[in-house]
This record gives sequence, C-alpha cells and structure tokens, in this order.
Amino acid sequence: MSIWEYANPKKFMETSARALPWVVGLTLALLVTGLVWGFFFTPDDYKQGATVKIIYLHVPAAMMAINAWGMMLVTSLVWIVRRHHVSALAAKAAAPVGLTFTLIALVTGALWGQPMWGTWWAWDPRLTSFLILTLFYFGYMALWSAIEDPDTAADLTSILCLVGSVFALLSRYAVLFWNQGLHQGASLSMDEKENVADVFWLPLLVCIAGFILLFVTMVLLRTRTEIRSRRLKALLARERVA
Amino acid sequence: MKALLLRDLRLAFRSGGGFGLGLAFFFLLSVLVPLGVGPEGGMLGRIAPGILWVGALLACLLSLDRIFALDHEDGSLDLLATAPIPLEAVVAIKALAHWLVTGLPLTVIAPGLAVLLNLPAGGYSWLVLTLLLGTPALSVIGAFGAAITVGLRRGGLLLSLLVLPLYVPTLIFGGEVVRRGAEGMALATPLALLGAISLGAAALLPFAAASAIRVNLR
Repeated sequence: MSIWEYANPKKFMETSARALPWVVGLTLALLVTGLVWGFFFTPDDYKQGATVKIIYLHVPAAMMAINAWGMMLVTSLVWIVRRHHVSALAAKAAAPVGLTFTLIALVTGALWGQPMWGTWWAWDPRLTSFLILTLFYFGYMALWSAIEDPDTAADLTSILCLVGSVFALLSRYAVLFWNQGLHQGASLSMDEKENVADVFWLPLLVCIAGFILLFVTMVLLRTRTEIRSRRLKALLARERVA
Repeated sequence: MKALLLRDLRLAFRSGGGFGLGLAFFFLLSVLVPLGVGPEGGMLGRIAPGILWVGALLACLLSLDRIFALDHEDGSLDLLATAPIPLEAVVAIKALAHWLVTGLPLTVIAPGLAVLLNLPAGGYSWLVLTLLLGTPALSVIGAFGAAITVGLRRGGLLLSLLVLPLYVPTLIFGGEVVRRGAEGMALATPLALLGAISLGAAALLPFAAASAIRVNLR
C-alpha cells in the first residue's frame, strides 16, 4: 500500500468516488458552522465594527490561494519525476480553484479596505504579491489551454510552475523593499504573543478547515472531470479509427 | 558557438531583423511620457527611474518572440538541437545575442533619454549600472518564455503574459536602485539582489529553457 497506487486513474476514480460524499458533507458542515458562527455569533470589533467579519472569508481564501500553488508545485514535480498523468491533471484542476481563491482574497480585501483604510487598493507588499500571484495563475492556465497535445502541455506547464514558484518567492521579497505597507501582520501564529482574540479565532479556525476541505473537494471533482474528458477523447479517437 | 552568436547578430542587424524596433520604442516612450504628463520638471524627475526601467523592459519584450520562433519555422532549431553543442549552450548564446542587440543598446541610449525625463544628476551612473546588470536577466528570462511558447502559432500574447510576472523582481530592484541613487540613499542591498537575479537566471534558466525546447521539438 503506497500513495503511488493512486497514480492509477482507475484506482483514483474508485477511491475518490467513495471518499467524495464524505468530503463534501464535511466541507458543508464546517463551512456552514464556521461562517454562521463567525457572521452571527461573534461580537463586533470595537474599532472595525461589523467589517471585521470579512476575515472569515478573506483569511482562509488567501491561505488557500498560496497553498493551491504549493500543491500545483508538488504535483508538477511528481509529473516531471514519475510521469503520473493523474498528478498532471490534478495540477491542471487546481489552478482555476487557486485563482478563484486569489480573487476572493483580493475582492474581500478591497471591500474591507474601503471603509477601514479609505481605499480599495494600495500598493502594499501583500496586496502587490497577490496581484502578481493572479498573473501567475492566469499565465499557467493560458498555457494549458494554448497547447493541444496533453503531454506537451503537462510538461511545459510543469516547467513553468517550477520556474514561476522561484520568481513568485522572489517577487514576494522584492515588494517588501518598498515599505511595510498598510496590511496588518500575521496574528494567527502559534509562537507570537499578540494574536487575534479567541472569540474571533475559534470560528476562524473552523472556516480555515472548511476552506481546506472545499479546496480538496473542488480539486477532486475537477480532476475526476479531467480524467473523464481524457477517457472520452480516447474513446472518440478509437471510434474514428474503427 | 561563436559562429552561432555571429549568425544571430548578423540576422538581427540585417533589414527586418528588428534591431531598431526596441530602441525606437524606448525612444518614443521617453518622448511621449513628458508630453502626456506635462513639462513640470520635479514630477518628471521623480517618475523618471520607473519610466526608464519600464520602457527598457517593454522594449525587451517586443523582440522576445524572435529568439526562437524564426529558427523554429525554417527548421534550423531542429538542426541546432542535434548539433554537437548542448542545447543549454544554444539557449545561453541566443539570450546573449538578444541582449547584445536590445539590452546593451538600450543601456547606451538610456542616459540620453534620461535627460529628456529630467532624471536628477545622482541617478545617471546608477541607471547605466542597473540596466547593465539587469537587462541580461530580462533577456534570459525572455529566452525561457520564448522557449516555452516556441511551438505555438500565435504565441506572442501568451509569451507576454508568461514573462511579465517573471520580470517583476528585476523591475522592482532596478527601479529601486535608480530611485535611491537619485535621492542619494543607501542602495547596496537592492543592487546586490539585482545582480544576484541576473547571475542566478543566467546560470539556471538555460536548463529550464532547453528542456522546454526539447519538449516542443518532440
């Protein structure tokens, strides 16, 4: 029993079909609990009022936007090293999900920033790196859709993902050169003295868990769709030959 | 390798080789920005480092698709791939040729255009130095993007989309050094990082670009 068994598309389809209802159910339960708890059963912040509640969408989405790229990096590496098609398809499936999370983080941030900072957008380091991350997602997805041959597309997008990760990190540290910016620092760390208060923190944890599972659900669903469309193409090609 | 470099340079300088295109673009941008922004010297001087760096970057971007596309069309890329020199070296030579016909001339004319943009006196030497250090990175990163999109028929737009985020760190550090230089602030760190990006890109990206070309020629 090793993880590489799931590189077999048939095995992957069987296992994911069995796991999917549970994952979906757990995602729904966590998201509903976290969001309802966060939106309706936490007090307003004494400075920010009700706008503080946007963190229940903003923070988890931003975390998953970065982690989605990390997952694409791992699956791209697996494709390059071991050439498992499921891995390449999972990377392809994760990109639009990651892009959506990035956009959610940008939009909710703008909605919060307008009343709090007095501006929709500032060229703050964190905001700028998220804008650059959006560009990376767009480029990656455009490359996938531009190439017809699936293996060529998988190879080239994997190379782009590897190189892009290095440059994304570089950009992250490059934008820090401007200034510290408007965005508040990390306040969920385990090792910091000053963190977000528990009333906000507990529902936020539930929301983060919900978003992680939401990502897993979406990627599983989209990977299954990709595998099916690959099978369909193979069937059609076979029919044309016969 | 020398023959390949000379061949690329000769092709670029012949008519239709696109040698003047980047330079003309850079010149036009530096003339048009003051016309559009207005003649107030102080403001022009403040935005001059950024405008010059953005102009150099876009001028580089213009000629990127020529690095491999023409050779791919007439089949000479296949010959180069099977030639006795490694494909990584071919990529490095082609990036060098691209730099010699775009990055280097851009660096040479940049101080002249900086006069038009009222760059403060402290900025000139840093402008030349950063362009000299940073434009090789632009060429190598561009060669990587061109290698990825070489098999596509209409790869131009995609190439820009792929390369643009990769150019971000170079642009930030380049503009930052010139701005700090113009204002007389300490600039050793961004300057060192700019050099590091160029060296790192020149050392590693030819391998990524060569593997992309191998995939595209498969």
